[in-house]
Amino acid sequence: MRLRLSREVIKDDLVRRVEDLSGQNIAMCYQCGRCSAGCPVVDEMDILPSEVIRLLQLGQIEEVLDSKTIWICASCLQCASRCPRGVEFSSICDALRAIVLRRRIATPSVDAGDVSRVMVTDAPQMGVVGALRKLNG
Amino acid sequence: MKIPYYPGCTLHERALDFDKASRECANVLGVELEELPIWTCCGAVFPLTTDSVMEILAAVRNLAYAARMGDKVVTLCSFCYNVLKRTNKVMREDEERREKVNLFLRADTETRDKTESFLKKDYVGQVDVLHYIEMLRDVVGFDEMAKRVKTRLEGLRVAPYYGCMLLRPHGEMKFDEHPEQPTIFEEFLTALGCDVVDFPMKTECCGGFQIVRDEETAIACSQTVVSSAVKRDADLIITTCPLCLYNLDRKQKEMEKRVNGFRKIPVIYFTQLLGIALGIDDEHLDFSDNYVDPRPALAEKNLV
Repeated sequence: MRLRLSREVIKDDLVRRVEDLSGQNIAMCYQCGRCSAGCPVVDEMDILPSEVIRLLQLGQIEEVLDSKTIWICASCLQCASRCPRGVEFSSICDALRAIVLRRRIATPSVDAGDVSRVMVTDAPQMGVVGALRKLNG
Repeated sequence: MKIPYYPGCTLHERALDFDKASRECANVLGVELEELPIWTCCGAVFPLTTDSVMEILAAVRNLAYAARMGDKVVTLCSFCYNVLKRTNKVMREDEERREKVNLFLRADTETRDKTESFLKKDYVGQVDVLHYIEMLRDVVGFDEMAKRVKTRLEGLRVAPYYGCMLLRPHGEMKFDEHPEQPTIFEEFLTALGCDVVDFPMKTECCGGFQIVRDEETAIACSQTVVSSAVKRDADLIITTCPLCLYNLDRKQKEMEKRVNGFRKIPVIYFTQLLGIALGIDDEHLDFSDNYVDPRPALAEKNLV
């Protein structure tokens, strides 16, 4: 993949917005990969957590907003508990989803109408409420 | 002794077995869990975005209700505990959000005052949020609890599953000394006479709310946890979270189909196990919702 880098691209406003919303300093990450190694749902992701952060460091926000990864994060914060630089990847994911959901630039990955009847009548409601709040906005 | 108690939606509707056993155990231990007279859903997940105000309002209302009853509130569900505790920190430390949220609360007070007497003053984090297990350790005391045990659970191999929400983020939750090697449930189980089974997946995620988006992802997570405990010959797993129990227990039905030679293991709430040790009546110990019935494993050790 070819990246076109420039000062403007790297200082992308939307990336700064991610930092504001997540409360995380993206430049702190030095790419050790412990977040990706410890993530319990990493197998399902198309871009690794550490790669998402690297792309953000390089201003490649569009690629990140299009990824499956941001919808797969379960907010378990294992990444944060193992990060030697104090970066919470789950919070970055929340910020990225917030940008997508607030700007309505993609369909939410969980739609209230699609939640199965089994799930609604059988699962603890905390799961349904949690999924809708996290993944539908 | 009375302590304000916030059950949360799931314990009020689906996890009645958890609520029932916990209240009865508290009674036996001399604590009355006094349910908040008015409460709502806490929101289930804490918003990780720093500009969230509306998203924490429900949790603050519940904390404010609790503040009218005392200086602490006890809860059982891991999600509720995480949301209430993290929201409380926002109200204590984030001046801007505290002010905004209190504007909403004041509006509530003005409109609802006559009917509910909502809140007389601002909420600034007056209440301490305690998990039930912390109440057992710090208010009742594990030693005192051990003295009330009627049947020591000798020989029962129990794997304590912590999951995510009690422990992380460690800096805020401060639930145990180490986020990867917590020991509070080990101390609890030792006080009941159990053999504690240490297993490496005790702090891994069960898949959580992802079960709603994609069952496969969550089942894969849960199966890792379940198999890790089975591999170490545990007789059962204990948990504090209704969603963990759903993923770990109910989804064993799916794991059986997917994994050759899969060995089932019962998963129960920690207060149900406590109830057995304290000898509470069967009417307070309901296992009818469990997919894997824990009674055969308990009967083998002459515990039921």
